[in-house]
Amino acid sequence: MAVTKLFGASVKRREDPRLITGRGNFTDHIRIPGTLSLALKRSPHAHARIVRVDTSKARAMPGVVAVYTGQDLVDTLAPVPCAWLIPNSELKVPTYRALAIDRVRYVGDPVAAVVAENRYVAEDAVEAIEVEYEVLPAVTDQERAAADGAPQLYDELPNNIAFHWKLHAGDFDAVWNQAEVKLSRRLVNHRLIPTAMEPRGAVAHYNPGTGELTVWCTSQNPHIHRLLLSAVTGIPETRIRVIATDVGGGFGSKIPLYAGEMLASAISRDLGRPIKWFESRRENYVATIHGRDHIQYVDMAATRDGKITGVRVKAYANLGGYLSTASPGVPTWLFGLMLCGAYTIPVVHVDVYGVLTNTTPTDAYRGAGRPEATYLLERMIDLLARELDMDPAEIRRKNFISKDRFPYTTPTGLQYDSGDYEATLNRALELVNYQELRRQQEELRAQGRYLGIGFSTYVEVCGLAPSAAAGAMGFQGGLWESATVRVHPSGKVSVFTGSNPHGQGEETTFAQLVADELGIPLEDIEIVHGDTAMIPFGMGTYGSRSLAVGGTAVIMATRKVKEKATKIAAHLLEVAPEDVAFENGRFFVKGAPDRAKSFQEVAGAAYLAWSMPEGVTPGLEETHFHDPVNNTFPFGCHICVVEVDPETGKVSFRQYVAVDDVGNVVNPMIVDGQVHGGIAQGLAQAVYEYVAYDQNGQLLTATLMDYAVPKASMLPRFDVDRTVTPTPVNPMGAKGAGETGTIASTPAVANAIIDALRPLGIDHIDLPLTPERIWRAIQERRQ
Amino acid sequence: MQITVTVNGVTHTHDVEPRMLLVHYLRESLNLTGTHIGCDTSQCGACTVLMNGKAVKSCTVFAVQADGAQITTIEGLARNGQLHPVQEGFWEMHGLQCGYCTPGMILTAVDLLQRIPNPSEEQIRHYLEGNLCRCTGYQNIVRAVQYAAEKMRA
Repeated sequence: MAVTKLFGASVKRREDPRLITGRGNFTDHIRIPGTLSLALKRSPHAHARIVRVDTSKARAMPGVVAVYTGQDLVDTLAPVPCAWLIPNSELKVPTYRALAIDRVRYVGDPVAAVVAENRYVAEDAVEAIEVEYEVLPAVTDQERAAADGAPQLYDELPNNIAFHWKLHAGDFDAVWNQAEVKLSRRLVNHRLIPTAMEPRGAVAHYNPGTGELTVWCTSQNPHIHRLLLSAVTGIPETRIRVIATDVGGGFGSKIPLYAGEMLASAISRDLGRPIKWFESRRENYVATIHGRDHIQYVDMAATRDGKITGVRVKAYANLGGYLSTASPGVPTWLFGLMLCGAYTIPVVHVDVYGVLTNTTPTDAYRGAGRPEATYLLERMIDLLARELDMDPAEIRRKNFISKDRFPYTTPTGLQYDSGDYEATLNRALELVNYQELRRQQEELRAQGRYLGIGFSTYVEVCGLAPSAAAGAMGFQGGLWESATVRVHPSGKVSVFTGSNPHGQGEETTFAQLVADELGIPLEDIEIVHGDTAMIPFGMGTYGSRSLAVGGTAVIMATRKVKEKATKIAAHLLEVAPEDVAFENGRFFVKGAPDRAKSFQEVAGAAYLAWSMPEGVTPGLEETHFHDPVNNTFPFGCHICVVEVDPETGKVSFRQYVAVDDVGNVVNPMIVDGQVHGGIAQGLAQAVYEYVAYDQNGQLLTATLMDYAVPKASMLPRFDVDRTVTPTPVNPMGAKGAGETGTIASTPAVANAIIDALRPLGIDHIDLPLTPERIWRAIQERRQ
Repeated sequence: MQITVTVNGVTHTHDVEPRMLLVHYLRESLNLTGTHIGCDTSQCGACTVLMNGKAVKSCTVFAVQADGAQITTIEGLARNGQLHPVQEGFWEMHGLQCGYCTPGMILTAVDLLQRIPNPSEEQIRHYLEGNLCRCTGYQNIVRAVQYAAEKMRA
């Protein structure tokens, strides 16, 4: 009897029973007797010199156990590390302390820490700390900060420039001088707040008797956090255990190391008591990383028949007050490498200036660099189509890398693994019934109604790899992933993965992979993640890498297990290993299928070890560290259809079609869910969400009342479809699927709105396209 | 102040500070950590519980205001090991990813279906406005509620 293959099946998630019954194991649920509560005193100023910190009133309050200033920890807690040191960019990394000592550089910069019997007391004591500041002029805009005469955040960083990164592929000047068509624009990819529904937090428990520090924290990458915590506290890695089992969303914001978990750890060691720190949403908004904030000056050269011949970009990235863990790599490599998009653009010149400002530090937020590149290209190609009076679908088709050119090496040095871009465009055109839609648009325009159709034909890079490339880019780590497959004597299997899902469902998809490999029921397989004491060193979950990289590690480790089990089975069956076949969980002699041993029998024999083949050791457990040969490059076509009310600027969504190609799909239900959520975030960037600072650096969008995370009523239904072009990069043929929606949707929505406004002569409005901005643009045209 | 509250069918009596929020009472005093905290301005709805049968945000209710009330938290929704149809719908339709908003989302949906047994998609989206989800784009949450509505009408 054949066992049903689970690859490709929408298996219901194994994570869900605990999560729908309130039995998840989130960080804030950890209860250790004697735990003290940690709260942080944060700067109310964007830029100021700290003159004096008076903690005496706070210390005197009943229930307060200790109060720390930056000076108190200067010898025991090293500065927050930056782990992406981009080369050849004159990168300077200024000192970033968990508690500021002499100067604060953004609203929310912590200056003191209170430890008390409970959170209510701790918060009261925070209020009782008196800090005298000498307020300094602040600068929040990166172009202003880089200009002469701007307030200086650091003496050693003239014009607040932390780096100048460049990638020049081909001779752009020559292309520009000969160009038949030239387009130049300033584009803004504005600042966003990741807003994982679970804010960040940590429970740190140092045991003075053993010298061991256990930290439960909201982490996308527990081993990275262990390594960095070891670096800042001086406690050896072997004495630190980081646990992050259930994590309530991350979107990049739970990759970096922050002050909170550093302070909880250092103070737990100092006091010998468990310390719990959990941020409020307001703290999450001022002090957990923000994303994007990239101002781009773009020149695009093209022929009169619509072929793009070159792109030049000068960009200013707003890094915030300090360099967060991966911040230099996001607006540079992850942006610049993708500036050819899905097109045969032969020449790319990109210069990125990383600028420090008096704002919350920025780092990777879902998409991380690729949305900045994709919005730029998709907006510019629409402008080019308008200039040449071409159909936006046809100009894309004209510039696509055709399917016979893969693997395709881009001028920026990437090798696109596989693709059929036109197929996704054709499918999407079919789904929206494009010709009919254009006809309707004409009809409605005649009635004074504004229907718009917007495209995004994107390609993105994910499952970032290999480690050698990471090294060349200055990333201070590898980009591999680990897995251990442990078969127990009963034949049940525990899989330990270095990926750390926080919503992506790998407890289900990884089990599907192993069930297929071993021909055993899903119920016999347990996926374990998020505990550094249990799993081999792992890189974690981000950049749409868990299946492509972590899943491959799981498959490779499982195959090693099978190889060893085959030797044991052959020995038990008294034949040579070459004569043993394995199917549906049974080892049998080729040509004599009745002479067989079940997987469970072989597992038992491996642990009894009464009779093992020569040179084969007892037990059945294998580990694999997988370093992929390449990234994966998912692609697709999103089409958004909107109607804009010219009197109010309000946008109504009529249709949203996404045709993505993420290669082979293990669990379609989960991939669809990732696409829905991704589109929601990218669409929200286009029309709802933006971070606002006032000119003094006060965050105006500091709560969920002010920052427009979309509600259910604010989003349309998404029609999701797929084409399948497998990648040769891994044995599954699967590409990443976590960020495609976010990367694709922002330009699709923006292009739809601008297309709607075409009869009014509007060809661009800066993001986000709020009703007010649209209304103002219309009013300006009408005057 | 002394309060007596019945939570998931069990009656508790505690002395609480007047300023203690109901969500902290549930989480810290009763160890019912299924009720989550996602914001500090009553926007996100992660802390939603049923108070005398109606959905309330437990971060916006003082524990003392719950004196004498019947509270249902996510831990008390399944009966005798049988999932509530809304819980079942969330599992069947992939209505959750990270699971952090899920308890509040489920309890708001229970409240909705008590009031409107056969809601339209628009009504569902409107009713869930007080509960934020960052993972799903709400599409499968809508399907989960539709699944539950159908099941509860059967």
